[in-house]
Amino acid sequence: MIRFLVLLLIPLSLWAGPKSGYEYLTPESRAIQDDDFQNPGMSAVEEGSKLFHAQGEEGHSCATCHGEGGAKLDPRRIAAYPVFGKAQGKPVTLRDRVHICWEERLGNFPLEFDDKNALYLETFVRHLARGEPVNVDVSAELKPFYEMGEKLYRTRLGQFGMTCYHCHDQYPGRKMRAQPLSEGQTNGFPTYRLGSGKVTSLGDRLNECMVSLRAARFEHDSEDYRNLEVYLNARGNGLKIETPAVRY
Amino acid sequence: MIFRHLFLIPIGIALAAEVPAAEPYLAWRAEPASVPEPLGGLKGDAQRGRAVAANQAQGNCLACHPLPIPEEPFHGEIGPPLAGVGSRLPAVGIRLWVINARLIKPDTIMPAFYLDPKEIYRSDDDHAGRTLLSAQQVEDVVAYLATLK
Ligand code: HEC
Repeated sequence: MIRFLVLLLIPLSLWAGPKSGYEYLTPESRAIQDDDFQNPGMSAVEEGSKLFHAQGEEGHSCATCHGEGGAKLDPRRIAAYPVFGKAQGKPVTLRDRVHICWEERLGNFPLEFDDKNALYLETFVRHLARGEPVNVDVSAELKPFYEMGEKLYRTRLGQFGMTCYHCHDQYPGRKMRAQPLSEGQTNGFPTYRLGSGKVTSLGDRLNECMVSLRAARFEHDSEDYRNLEVYLNARGNGLKIETPAVRY
Repeated sequence: MIFRHLFLIPIGIALAAEVPAAEPYLAWRAEPASVPEPLGGLKGDAQRGRAVAANQAQGNCLACHPLPIPEEPFHGEIGPPLAGVGSRLPAVGIRLWVINARLIKPDTIMPAFYLDPKEIYRSDDDHAGRTLLSAQQVEDVVAYLATLK
Protein backbone atom coordinates (compact mmCIF):
# COMPACT_ATOMS: atom_id res chain seq x y z
CA MET A 1 0.00 0.00 0.00
CA ILE A 2 2.80 2.39 0.90
CA ARG A 3 4.56 1.41 -2.31
CA PHE A 4 1.39 2.27 -4.20
CA LEU A 5 1.15 5.71 -2.55
CA VAL A 6 4.78 6.45 -3.27
CA LEU A 7 4.30 5.45 -6.91
CA LEU A 8 1.32 7.80 -7.04
CA LEU A 9 3.34 10.73 -5.76
CA ILE A 10 6.36 10.36 -8.03
CA PRO A 11 4.68 11.46 -11.26
CA LEU A 12 3.04 14.40 -9.52
CA SER A 13 6.17 15.71 -7.85
CA LEU A 14 8.71 15.22 -10.62
CA TRP A 15 6.75 16.73 -13.53
CA ALA A 16 9.40 18.74 -15.32
CA GLY A 17 8.20 19.17 -18.87
CA PRO A 18 7.74 16.46 -21.45
CA LYS A 19 9.87 13.31 -21.37
CA SER A 20 11.03 11.48 -24.47
CA GLY A 21 10.29 7.78 -24.88
CA TYR A 22 14.09 7.38 -24.86
CA GLU A 23 14.02 7.87 -21.10
CA TYR A 24 11.89 4.74 -20.70
CA LEU A 25 14.31 2.50 -22.62
CA THR A 26 16.79 0.13 -21.05
CA PRO A 27 20.48 1.07 -21.46
CA GLU A 28 20.84 -1.71 -24.07
CA SER A 29 18.02 -0.31 -26.21
CA ARG A 30 19.36 3.23 -25.86
CA ALA A 31 22.73 2.02 -27.09
CA ILE A 32 21.10 0.77 -30.30
CA GLN A 33 19.54 4.18 -30.93
CA ASP A 34 22.75 6.00 -30.06
CA ASP A 35 24.82 4.20 -32.66
CA ASP A 36 23.83 4.88 -36.28
CA PHE A 37 25.61 1.72 -37.41
CA GLN A 38 23.52 -0.40 -35.06
CA ASN A 39 20.22 1.46 -35.42
CA PRO A 40 18.19 -0.48 -38.02
CA GLY A 41 16.01 2.62 -38.53
CA MET A 42 18.90 4.16 -40.45
CA SER A 43 18.09 1.90 -43.39
CA ALA A 44 14.82 3.84 -43.84
CA VAL A 45 16.85 7.07 -43.82
CA GLU A 46 19.09 5.64 -46.55
CA GLU A 47 16.11 4.49 -48.63
CA GLY A 48 14.62 7.95 -48.19
CA SER A 49 17.88 9.57 -49.25
CA LYS A 50 17.88 7.57 -52.51
CA LEU A 51 14.33 8.67 -53.28
CA PHE A 52 15.20 12.26 -52.35
CA HIS A 53 17.89 12.29 -55.02
CA ALA A 54 15.96 10.31 -57.65
CA GLN A 55 14.75 12.09 -60.75
CA GLY A 56 10.96 12.56 -60.94
CA GLU A 57 8.64 12.62 -63.97
CA GLU A 58 9.47 16.24 -64.69
CA GLY A 59 13.21 15.68 -64.70
CA HIS A 60 14.20 16.98 -61.30
CA SER A 61 14.48 15.54 -57.79
CA CYS A 62 13.77 16.79 -54.28
CA ALA A 63 17.47 17.68 -54.13
CA THR A 64 17.10 20.04 -57.12
CA CYS A 65 15.21 22.51 -54.90
CA HIS A 66 16.30 21.44 -51.42
CA GLY A 67 20.01 20.88 -52.06
CA GLU A 68 22.27 17.84 -52.03
CA GLY A 69 21.31 15.77 -49.00
CA GLY A 70 18.63 18.35 -48.19
CA ALA A 71 21.28 20.97 -47.33
CA LYS A 72 18.86 23.83 -48.01
CA LEU A 73 16.14 22.48 -45.72
CA ASP A 74 15.99 24.39 -42.44
CA PRO A 75 15.92 21.99 -39.46
CA ARG A 76 13.95 24.57 -37.46
CA ARG A 77 11.28 24.54 -40.13
CA ILE A 78 11.13 20.74 -40.11
CA ALA A 79 10.74 20.81 -36.33
CA ALA A 80 7.76 23.16 -36.69
CA TYR A 81 5.61 20.51 -38.41
CA PRO A 82 2.65 20.07 -38.59
CA VAL A 83 2.19 23.62 -39.88
CA PHE A 84 -0.96 25.37 -41.02
CA GLY A 85 -1.40 25.07 -44.79
CA LYS A 86 -2.95 28.26 -46.13
CA ALA A 87 -3.89 26.61 -49.43
CA GLN A 88 -5.33 23.57 -47.66
CA GLY A 89 -7.01 25.52 -44.85
CA LYS A 90 -5.93 22.83 -42.39
CA PRO A 91 -2.81 21.32 -40.80
CA VAL A 92 -0.15 19.96 -43.14
CA THR A 93 1.95 17.19 -41.59
CA LEU A 94 5.43 16.33 -42.76
CA ARG A 95 3.90 13.30 -44.46
CA ASP A 96 1.40 15.56 -46.24
CA ARG A 97 4.29 17.78 -47.39
CA VAL A 98 6.13 14.78 -48.85
CA HIS A 99 3.01 13.86 -50.86
CA ILE A 100 2.48 17.44 -52.03
CA CYS A 101 6.06 17.73 -53.32
CA TRP A 102 5.95 14.26 -54.84
CA GLU A 103 2.84 15.03 -56.87
CA GLU A 104 3.02 18.77 -57.51
CA ARG A 105 6.75 19.51 -57.68
CA LEU A 106 8.09 16.24 -59.10
CA GLY A 107 4.96 15.55 -61.15
CA ASN A 108 4.97 11.93 -60.02
CA PHE A 109 2.03 9.56 -59.92
CA PRO A 110 0.47 9.90 -56.42
CA LEU A 111 1.51 7.41 -53.76
CA GLU A 112 -0.91 5.82 -51.33
CA PHE A 113 -0.91 7.91 -48.16
CA ASP A 114 0.90 5.26 -46.13
CA ASP A 115 3.08 3.95 -48.96
CA LYS A 116 6.48 2.85 -47.69
CA ASN A 117 8.32 5.22 -50.02
CA ALA A 118 6.46 8.14 -48.43
CA LEU A 119 7.47 6.74 -45.04
CA TYR A 120 11.12 6.58 -46.14
CA LEU A 121 11.06 10.14 -47.44
CA GLU A 122 9.43 11.40 -44.26
CA THR A 123 12.01 9.55 -42.17
CA PHE A 124 14.88 10.98 -44.23
CA VAL A 125 13.60 14.56 -43.94
CA ARG A 126 12.82 14.40 -40.24
CA HIS A 127 16.21 12.84 -39.59
CA LEU A 128 17.75 16.03 -41.03
CA ALA A 129 16.34 17.82 -37.97
CA ARG A 130 17.66 15.33 -35.44
CA GLY A 131 18.58 17.20 -32.26
CA GLU A 132 16.33 20.14 -33.09
CA PRO A 133 13.66 20.88 -30.45
CA VAL A 134 10.09 20.27 -31.61
CA ASN A 135 8.44 23.66 -31.95
CA VAL A 136 4.86 23.61 -33.22
CA ASP A 137 3.11 26.97 -33.01
CA VAL A 138 -0.47 26.39 -31.94
CA SER A 139 -1.14 29.96 -30.84
CA ALA A 140 -2.75 31.07 -34.11
CA GLU A 141 -4.30 29.20 -37.06
CA LEU A 142 -3.53 25.74 -35.68
CA LYS A 143 -5.26 26.44 -32.37
CA PRO A 144 -8.69 24.96 -33.25
CA PHE A 145 -7.04 21.86 -34.74
CA TYR A 146 -4.89 21.47 -31.64
CA GLU A 147 -8.02 21.67 -29.54
CA MET A 148 -9.83 19.05 -31.63
CA GLY A 149 -6.77 16.83 -31.32
CA GLU A 150 -6.76 17.22 -27.57
CA LYS A 151 -10.46 16.39 -27.48
CA LEU A 152 -9.77 13.09 -29.26
CA TYR A 153 -6.81 12.47 -26.92
CA ARG A 154 -9.24 12.68 -24.02
CA THR A 155 -12.10 10.65 -25.56
CA ARG A 156 -12.82 7.16 -24.22
CA LEU A 157 -12.48 4.78 -27.15
CA GLY A 158 -13.41 1.20 -27.93
CA GLN A 159 -14.61 -1.63 -25.75
CA PHE A 160 -11.93 -0.86 -23.16
CA GLY A 161 -13.14 2.73 -23.01
CA MET A 162 -9.80 4.23 -22.03
CA THR A 163 -8.35 7.50 -23.34
CA CYS A 164 -4.82 8.34 -24.50
CA TYR A 165 -4.69 10.70 -21.54
CA HIS A 166 -5.17 7.88 -19.03
CA CYS A 167 -2.06 5.90 -19.95
CA HIS A 168 0.20 8.69 -21.16
CA ASP A 169 -0.58 11.51 -18.72
CA GLN A 170 -1.71 9.73 -15.59
CA TYR A 171 0.56 6.68 -15.53
CA PRO A 172 3.80 7.09 -17.51
CA GLY A 173 6.63 5.19 -15.87
CA ARG A 174 4.28 2.58 -14.39
CA LYS A 175 3.95 -0.89 -15.79
CA MET A 176 0.87 -2.31 -17.48
CA ARG A 177 1.53 -6.04 -17.16
CA ALA A 178 5.17 -6.20 -18.25
CA GLN A 179 5.23 -3.04 -20.33
CA PRO A 180 6.24 0.34 -18.90
CA LEU A 181 3.97 3.13 -20.12
CA SER A 182 5.64 6.18 -21.64
CA GLU A 183 4.31 9.67 -22.20
CA GLY A 184 3.44 8.74 -25.77
CA GLN A 185 5.65 11.48 -27.21
CA THR A 186 6.16 11.79 -30.96
CA ASN A 187 9.67 13.27 -31.17
CA GLY A 188 11.18 9.97 -32.33
CA PHE A 189 8.80 9.27 -35.25
CA PRO A 190 9.01 7.56 -37.60
CA THR A 191 10.57 5.08 -35.16
CA TYR A 192 12.26 1.71 -35.44
CA ARG A 193 10.36 -0.83 -33.33
CA LEU A 194 12.27 -3.54 -31.56
CA GLY A 195 9.13 -5.69 -31.29
CA SER A 196 8.11 -5.79 -34.96
CA GLY A 197 11.50 -4.98 -36.48
CA LYS A 198 9.84 -2.32 -38.64
CA VAL A 199 10.11 1.41 -39.13
CA THR A 200 6.71 2.64 -38.02
CA SER A 201 4.81 5.80 -38.87
CA LEU A 202 2.86 7.69 -36.25
CA GLY A 203 -0.40 6.59 -37.91
CA ASP A 204 0.56 2.92 -37.59
CA ARG A 205 1.54 3.43 -33.97
CA LEU A 206 -1.77 5.13 -33.17
CA ASN A 207 -3.58 2.23 -34.78
CA GLU A 208 -1.70 -0.22 -32.55
CA CYS A 209 -3.14 1.65 -29.57
CA MET A 210 -6.60 1.44 -31.15
CA VAL A 211 -6.24 -2.35 -31.39
CA SER A 212 -5.29 -2.49 -27.70
CA LEU A 213 -8.40 -0.49 -26.84
CA ARG A 214 -10.50 -2.71 -29.14
CA ALA A 215 -11.46 0.48 -30.93
CA ALA A 216 -12.21 0.99 -34.63
CA ARG A 217 -9.14 2.48 -36.30
CA PHE A 218 -9.03 5.84 -37.99
CA GLU A 219 -7.70 6.21 -41.51
CA HIS A 220 -4.09 7.40 -41.65
CA ASP A 221 -5.18 10.24 -43.87
CA SER A 222 -8.08 11.31 -41.60
CA GLU A 223 -8.68 14.73 -40.07
CA ASP A 224 -8.89 12.93 -36.70
CA TYR A 225 -5.29 11.70 -36.89
CA ARG A 226 -4.11 14.95 -38.50
CA ASN A 227 -5.52 16.93 -35.54
CA LEU A 228 -4.16 14.41 -33.07
CA GLU A 229 -0.71 14.74 -34.66
CA VAL A 230 -0.88 18.52 -34.16
CA TYR A 231 -1.82 18.04 -30.52
CA LEU A 232 0.77 15.33 -29.86
CA ASN A 233 3.65 17.23 -31.45
CA ALA A 234 2.79 20.49 -29.67
CA ARG A 235 2.42 18.57 -26.42
CA GLY A 236 6.06 17.54 -26.90
CA ASN A 237 7.33 21.01 -27.81
CA GLY A 238 10.91 21.33 -26.61
CA LEU A 239 11.78 17.64 -26.95
CA LYS A 240 14.63 17.02 -29.35
CA ILE A 241 13.82 15.16 -32.55
CA GLU A 242 15.33 11.64 -32.47
CA THR A 243 14.18 10.25 -35.84
CA PRO A 244 14.68 7.37 -36.37
CA ALA A 245 14.30 6.62 -32.65
CA VAL A 246 14.39 3.05 -31.32
CA ARG A 247 11.32 2.04 -29.32
CA TYR A 248 9.61 -1.11 -28.03
CA MET B 1 -10.67 -1.39 -48.05
CA ILE B 2 -13.67 -3.03 -49.68
CA PHE B 3 -11.41 -5.79 -50.99
CA ARG B 4 -10.08 -6.46 -47.54
CA HIS B 5 -13.58 -7.02 -46.26
CA LEU B 6 -14.38 -9.36 -49.13
CA PHE B 7 -11.38 -11.48 -48.23
CA LEU B 8 -12.47 -11.52 -44.63
CA ILE B 9 -15.93 -12.88 -45.33
CA PRO B 10 -14.91 -16.54 -45.64
CA ILE B 11 -12.77 -16.21 -42.51
CA GLY B 12 -15.72 -14.58 -40.77
CA ILE B 13 -17.91 -17.54 -41.64
CA ALA B 14 -15.29 -19.99 -40.43
CA LEU B 15 -15.02 -18.13 -37.13
CA ALA B 16 -18.74 -17.67 -36.70
CA ALA B 17 -19.01 -21.17 -35.30
CA GLU B 18 -16.44 -20.39 -32.60
CA VAL B 19 -17.29 -16.85 -31.51
CA PRO B 20 -20.51 -17.10 -29.54
CA ALA B 21 -23.21 -14.59 -30.44
CA ALA B 22 -23.34 -11.56 -28.13
CA GLU B 23 -25.34 -12.33 -25.01
CA PRO B 24 -28.34 -10.15 -24.35
CA TYR B 25 -27.31 -7.27 -22.11
CA LEU B 26 -28.80 -7.46 -18.61
CA ALA B 27 -29.86 -4.26 -16.86
CA TRP B 28 -28.54 -3.58 -13.36
CA ARG B 29 -29.24 -1.00 -10.67
CA ALA B 30 -26.52 0.87 -8.81
CA GLU B 31 -26.77 2.41 -5.36
CA PRO B 32 -24.18 5.07 -4.46
CA ALA B 33 -21.43 2.54 -3.64
CA SER B 34 -22.79 -0.82 -4.70
CA VAL B 35 -24.77 -2.98 -7.09
CA PRO B 36 -26.87 -4.92 -4.57
CA GLU B 37 -28.21 -7.69 -6.83
CA PRO B 38 -26.06 -10.18 -8.76
CA LEU B 39 -26.33 -9.76 -12.54
CA GLY B 40 -29.24 -11.89 -13.77
CA GLY B 41 -29.43 -13.49 -10.31
CA LEU B 42 -26.34 -15.55 -11.27
CA LYS B 43 -24.12 -17.20 -8.67
CA GLY B 44 -20.39 -16.52 -8.95
CA ASP B 45 -17.65 -19.14 -8.72
CA ALA B 46 -14.42 -17.90 -7.10
CA GLN B 47 -12.22 -20.48 -8.77
CA ARG B 48 -13.39 -19.50 -12.24
CA GLY B 49 -13.15 -15.83 -11.23
CA ARG B 50 -9.47 -16.22 -10.42
CA ALA B 51 -8.88 -17.48 -13.96
CA VAL B 52 -10.86 -14.60 -15.47
CA ALA B 53 -8.80 -12.08 -13.47
CA ALA B 54 -5.54 -13.52 -14.82
CA ASN B 55 -6.64 -14.15 -18.42
CA GLN B 56 -5.31 -11.57 -20.87
CA ALA B 57 -8.26 -11.98 -23.20
CA GLN B 58 -10.86 -11.70 -20.43
CA GLY B 59 -10.65 -9.64 -17.24
CA ASN B 60 -6.92 -9.07 -17.40
CA CYS B 61 -7.17 -7.37 -14.03
CA LEU B 62 -3.49 -8.32 -13.68
CA ALA B 63 -2.62 -5.81 -16.40
CA CYS B 64 -3.17 -3.08 -13.83
CA HIS B 65 -3.48 -4.69 -10.38
CA PRO B 66 -1.07 -6.79 -8.34
CA LEU B 67 -3.03 -9.89 -7.27
CA PRO B 68 -2.16 -12.94 -5.16
CA ILE B 69 -1.68 -15.06 -8.31
CA PRO B 70 2.00 -16.00 -7.94
CA GLU B 71 2.18 -18.29 -10.98
CA GLU B 72 1.65 -15.31 -13.31
CA PRO B 73 4.93 -13.42 -13.82
CA PHE B 74 3.88 -9.85 -14.62
CA HIS B 75 1.53 -7.82 -12.46
CA GLY B 76 0.67 -4.24 -13.39
CA GLU B 77 1.41 -1.16 -11.28
CA ILE B 78 -1.51 1.03 -12.31
CA GLY B 79 -4.19 0.16 -9.76
CA PRO B 80 -3.99 -0.72 -6.04
CA PRO B 81 -3.05 -4.28 -5.02
CA LEU B 82 -6.22 -6.31 -4.64
CA ALA B 83 -4.96 -8.60 -1.88
CA GLY B 84 -7.24 -7.86 1.09
CA VAL B 85 -9.91 -6.17 -1.03
CA GLY B 86 -12.49 -8.61 0.38
CA SER B 87 -11.92 -7.11 3.84
CA ARG B 88 -11.93 -3.52 2.62
CA LEU B 89 -15.08 -3.75 0.51
CA PRO B 90 -18.33 -5.74 0.66
CA ALA B 91 -19.11 -7.98 -2.34
CA VAL B 92 -21.85 -5.58 -3.49
CA GLY B 93 -19.26 -2.76 -3.54
CA ILE B 94 -16.73 -4.85 -5.47
CA ARG B 95 -19.53 -5.56 -7.96
CA LEU B 96 -19.93 -1.85 -8.71
CA TRP B 97 -16.16 -1.45 -9.20
CA VAL B 98 -16.13 -4.26 -11.72
CA ILE B 99 -19.37 -3.35 -13.55
CA ASN B 100 -18.68 0.37 -13.90
CA ALA B 101 -15.88 1.96 -11.88
CA ARG B 102 -16.69 5.33 -13.47
CA LEU B 103 -19.76 5.58 -11.22
CA ILE B 104 -17.32 5.68 -8.29
CA LYS B 105 -14.53 7.63 -9.93
CA PRO B 106 -15.63 9.33 -13.17
CA ASP B 107 -12.09 9.94 -14.45
CA THR B 108 -10.76 6.45 -13.73
CA ILE B 109 -8.64 4.49 -16.19
CA MET B 110 -10.29 1.28 -15.00
CA PRO B 111 -12.46 -0.15 -17.78
CA ALA B 112 -16.19 -0.59 -17.16
CA PHE B 113 -16.48 -4.36 -17.52
CA TYR B 114 -20.25 -4.46 -17.85
CA LEU B 115 -21.22 -1.27 -19.63
CA ASP B 116 -24.33 -1.05 -21.80
CA PRO B 117 -22.88 -1.65 -25.30
CA LYS B 118 -24.89 1.34 -26.51
CA GLU B 119 -22.60 3.55 -24.42
CA ILE B 120 -19.40 2.19 -25.99
CA TYR B 121 -17.89 4.61 -28.52
CA ARG B 122 -16.09 3.29 -31.62
CA SER B 123 -15.84 -0.37 -30.71
CA ASP B 124 -14.04 -2.41 -33.37
CA ASP B 125 -16.14 -4.84 -35.39
CA ASP B 126 -15.09 -7.92 -33.45
CA HIS B 127 -16.32 -6.53 -30.14
CA ALA B 128 -19.27 -4.39 -31.20
CA GLY B 129 -22.44 -4.93 -29.16
CA ARG B 130 -20.55 -6.76 -26.42
CA THR B 131 -19.63 -6.06 -22.83
CA LEU B 132 -16.00 -6.70 -21.82
CA LEU B 133 -17.03 -9.54 -19.50
CA SER B 134 -20.13 -11.69 -19.61
CA ALA B 135 -22.59 -11.44 -16.73
CA GLN B 136 -21.36 -14.79 -15.42
CA GLN B 137 -17.71 -13.71 -15.62
CA VAL B 138 -18.51 -10.53 -13.64
CA GLU B 139 -20.13 -12.58 -10.89
CA ASP B 140 -17.20 -15.03 -10.91
CA VAL B 141 -14.66 -12.22 -10.51
CA VAL B 142 -16.70 -10.62 -7.74
CA ALA B 143 -16.88 -13.96 -5.93
CA TYR B 144 -13.10 -14.36 -6.28
CA LEU B 145 -12.26 -10.87 -4.98
CA ALA B 146 -14.62 -11.35 -2.04
CA THR B 147 -12.42 -14.29 -0.94
CA LEU B 148 -9.30 -12.07 -0.79
CA LYS B 149 -9.54 -11.24 2.89
C1 HEC C 1 -6.48 -0.27 -17.01
C2 HEC C 1 -6.22 -0.55 -15.64
C3 HEC C 1 -7.18 -1.37 -14.82
C4 HEC C 1 -7.72 -2.59 -15.13
C5 HEC C 1 -7.53 -3.42 -16.41
C6 HEC C 1 -8.47 -2.97 -13.98
N1 HEC C 1 -8.41 -2.01 -13.02
FE1 HEC C 1 -9.31 -2.07 -11.20
N2 HEC C 1 -8.61 -0.21 -10.76
C7 HEC C 1 -7.73 0.50 -11.54
C8 HEC C 1 -7.37 1.72 -10.86
C9 HEC C 1 -6.40 2.78 -11.37
C10 HEC C 1 -8.07 1.72 -9.63
C11 HEC C 1 -8.05 2.80 -8.54
C12 HEC C 1 -9.08 3.85 -8.84
C13 HEC C 1 -8.49 4.97 -9.65
O1 HEC C 1 -7.48 5.55 -9.20
O2 HEC C 1 -9.00 5.26 -10.74
C14 HEC C 1 -8.83 0.48 -9.60
C15 HEC C 1 -9.62 0.09 -8.53
C16 HEC C 1 -10.19 -1.15 -8.40
C17 HEC C 1 -10.93 -1.61 -7.24
C18 HEC C 1 -11.13 -0.84 -5.95
C19 HEC C 1 -9.97 -1.24 -5.04
C20 HEC C 1 -10.00 -0.64 -3.67
O3 HEC C 1 -9.23 -1.14 -2.87
O4 HEC C 1 -10.71 0.32 -3.44
C21 HEC C 1 -11.32 -2.89 -7.49
C22 HEC C 1 -12.13 -3.80 -6.58
C23 HEC C 1 -10.85 -3.22 -8.83
N3 HEC C 1 -10.17 -2.15 -9.33
C24 HEC C 1 -11.05 -4.43 -9.45
C25 HEC C 1 -10.64 -4.76 -10.73
C26 HEC C 1 -10.94 -6.01 -11.38
C27 HEC C 1 -11.68 -7.16 -10.75
C28 HEC C 1 -10.42 -5.93 -12.64
C29 HEC C 1 -10.50 -6.97 -13.76
C30 HEC C 1 -11.79 -7.48 -14.09
C31 HEC C 1 -9.80 -4.64 -12.75
N4 HEC C 1 -9.94 -3.95 -11.58
C32 HEC C 1 -9.15 -4.18 -13.90
C33 HEC C 1 -7.26 0.14 -12.79
C34 HEC C 1 -7.61 -1.01 -13.47
